Amino acid sequence: MAKPNDNGFEPKIVAFLCRWCSYAGADLAGVSRMTYPDNIIPMRVNCSGRVDAGMVMAAFERGADGVLIGGCHPGDCHYVNGNYKTRRRVILLKRALAEVGIKPQRLHLEWISASEGVKFQRTVTEFTRLIKGFGPSPMSEDGKN
Amino acid sequence: MSRIGVFVCHCGMNIERTVDTQAVAATLSEHSGVVYTTDYNYLCADPGQRLIKDAIVEHKLDGVIVAACSPTMHEPTFRRVAEEAGLNPYLCEIANIREHCSWVHKDRDRATQKAIRIVKTLVEKVRGNQPLEPLRIDHADKCLVIGGGIAGIQAALDVAESGFEVILVEKEPSIGGHMAQLSETFPTLDCSQCILTPKMVEVSRHPNIRLLTYSEVVEVSGYIGNYEVKIRKNPTYVDPDKCNLCGDCEKVCPKSVGSEFERGLIDRKAIYIPFEQAIPSSYTLDEEACLGLHPLRCNECAKVCEPNAIDYDMRPEYIEESVGAIIVATGYSLYPISSLGEYGGGQIPDVIDGLQFERLLSASGPTNGEVRRPSDGKIPKKVVFIQCAGSRDPEQHNAYCSKICCMYTAKHALLYRHAVPDGEAVVFYIDVRAGGKGYEEFTQHAIEEERILYLRGKVSKVYRQDDRVVVWGVDTLSSRRVELEADLVVLAISMNPHPSNLALSKVLKISCGAEGFFKEAHPKLRPVESLTAGIFLAGAAQGPKDIPEVVSQGSAAAVKAVALLTKDKLVHSPEVVDIDELVCGGCGICVDMCPYNALAVNGAGVAEVNEVLCEGCGSCVSACPTGAAQLKNMTDWQFIEMIGVALQDG
Ligand SMILES: Cc1cc2nc3c(=O)[nH]c(=O)nc-3n(C[C@H](O)[C@H](O)[C@H](O)COP(=O)(O)OP(=O)(O)OC[C@H]3O[C@@H](n4cnc5c(N)ncnc54)[C@H](O)[C@@H]3O)c2cc1C
Ligand code: SF4
Ligand code: SF4
Ligand code: FES
Repeated sequence: MAKPNDNGFEPKIVAFLCRWCSYAGADLAGVSRMTYPDNIIPMRVNCSGRVDAGMVMAAFERGADGVLIGGCHPGDCHYVNGNYKTRRRVILLKRALAEVGIKPQRLHLEWISASEGVKFQRTVTEFTRLIKGFGPSPMSEDGKN
Repeated sequence: MSRIGVFVCHCGMNIERTVDTQAVAATLSEHSGVVYTTDYNYLCADPGQRLIKDAIVEHKLDGVIVAACSPTMHEPTFRRVAEEAGLNPYLCEIANIREHCSWVHKDRDRATQKAIRIVKTLVEKVRGNQPLEPLRIDHADKCLVIGGGIAGIQAALDVAESGFEVILVEKEPSIGGHMAQLSETFPTLDCSQCILTPKMVEVSRHPNIRLLTYSEVVEVSGYIGNYEVKIRKNPTYVDPDKCNLCGDCEKVCPKSVGSEFERGLIDRKAIYIPFEQAIPSSYTLDEEACLGLHPLRCNECAKVCEPNAIDYDMRPEYIEESVGAIIVATGYSLYPISSLGEYGGGQIPDVIDGLQFERLLSASGPTNGEVRRPSDGKIPKKVVFIQCAGSRDPEQHNAYCSKICCMYTAKHALLYRHAVPDGEAVVFYIDVRAGGKGYEEFTQHAIEEERILYLRGKVSKVYRQDDRVVVWGVDTLSSRRVELEADLVVLAISMNPHPSNLALSKVLKISCGAEGFFKEAHPKLRPVESLTAGIFLAGAAQGPKDIPEVVSQGSAAAVKAVALLTKDKLVHSPEVVDIDELVCGGCGICVDMCPYNALAVNGAGVAEVNEVLCEGCGSCVSACPTGAAQLKNMTDWQFIEMIGVALQDG
């Protein structure tokens, strides 16, 4: 098992960000020149409610060490309630991940508004640190050998 | 797409400093499907745009990636550039390598590697994109306004003035709503009728307004721009064109009921006019109050009606109209006074609600503006006003603040002091909320200069003793118990949603919040829109408000409706959901997921999408168990390819 943190391990993290809040929050982090680890590859989705089991599982199967989903705060979803649907789905997905031997914490859902550049920075920084500590996902290691 | 071009922007040094744009271009040139790559200083500037256009033509590109700043900045710019070069704009995508990369990282090598991954994901997306055309829809050019209170009146007049036809539907025999009942209005104390009546008359005269009173909307189908509505016009049994308002019928009518307009302070007859300035100015025969029409049991009114205006054979009339937009302005009602038993509501005749007090203050009211209490007609020498009656009390009543009661209580106490100079006014309050232009000044004036006693605290009990009303309370500022003997108690009762909201929300398929007021699309940014495109909200139907706010909303909703109606065609994003009929099993799971009612399972047992209603959120896609539902240009397969390249080694 890899050592926590400075173990030279650079995880791969996919981030699905809803365009109305979290993607814009990430934009704000950029405009404010905040720095954070470069391990995440962001992808824009219309709503966090678009992120389904297929996308999350595809990410882990293709070697992601962590998956971050960013959505609008409760009550703020541009499409009324997509984020509530996501919240429910993430609970189920975490259970499914545990069953296939992936730490459920490798999937993380966070509400980040368009004005929360700082929260985006903090979320990515902490999540990356956590995943570094976990070491490579068992699935991505499988992929390699 | 197999002839993709990738354009990498330096953004001066903004990207170039941390991302080696040449290396990005070079690496991408190796990527499958990419036939052309270049980097450039400022792609958004004119020469940059020209460079892209030329390359599209010269290299016959069928897909374009601009790796630059956030798509929120220049997606429209570059899509337009693509279109000008003859490429479908939906085949152009933006890779955000500035906000999400060069600006947030320091290590140039690693940032370059990340930029490459980001760009690759967009290349994969474009490979799966289809050319799309925005949806263009014809629309009807009339507007339906439901509710003829001041909000609906304002909205109807504004839409009509913009040159569009309006159908104004009001449930009651007259328009005017609650404002018609008010005496004078805070904070300027204009006479309510005097400022309202001209607007009511304008409505009745406006060539673009078709006024349907005593009517209700019974059916609505269709979608933005194309609503089919069915309205039932209830029979008034009086021909308004013939009625000359002589009032002879009223004198002979043997049946009395409590007057709604006077809030039960006096009676009206079964045939009546709600108030003198009513629009339309005509009598109405209230079928329910009448001794009997079918079969006819009385016939007194028709006998005396000289112009023969009364027609017992009138039947409900059904009117069908096609409208492009709908404005809902159904207003409010008051929390029932009988639910406030702790304050003697509904039990003690001299405990009344705010609107009853408005009628007592009104020069056209049942007492001609002399404040006389209901039980014995005496002029009350001590009046206690209780604020927040039924509001801000989550345990027993409404949890929300009704917003206007602090203001109208100050007005009531002040007008009472003017009407009865030797009278004493006491107000119980939790706090005084006077946010609004001139409002704080108004309440301060009432408190300081009108000798109104404001007691901070709650009333625990109100009961009758002989001909007086005893009020028990606590003054929380001095922690003293207070016991007052009053002649009249006025409850500043909570504003409730109009009782017809729930039924109407079903007819219109728009939602109400937990309290029963109509729900706006966004509490801050879309306050006059419902979640259903083309249906707008105005006035107290959406939440407690005073007249200035209600009027602003009426105008705002009118602008929204007019903006829609002025369009030659309605344009809607084509990035909507698409159902693969061969795969769909007709389970209907998607139907319940959609917040916009855009989906339905059709006769053939497959889900069908109304593209005009679909906003493209993708909730249905995530829920569909078969994969039949896919968002155009954001399909599962596209995401899987994107994820694949994002995670590729090297
Ligand atoms: C005691 C009291 C005093 C007040 N004093 C003031 C004041 O001094 N200054 C001030 O600014 N504000 C005052 N207000 C607030 C003011 O009354 C409201 O802000 C305003 O009247 C709301 O207008 P509206 O058009 O939204 O609703 P309403 O006046 O309630 O009008 C709604 C209309 O829609 C009709 N309707 C309802 N359902 C349907 C349906 N299904 N189909 C067709 N029609 C329907 C109703 O019959 C009604 O005519 C006071 C309120 C109270 C209770
Ligand atoms: S994408 Fe969203 S708006 Fe469109 S049909 Fe599906 S659930 Fe409804
Ligand atoms: S959820 Fe999928 S399979 Fe079920 S009805 Fe909707 S599109 Fe068809
Ligand atoms: S739009 Fe952000 S979570 Fe739905």
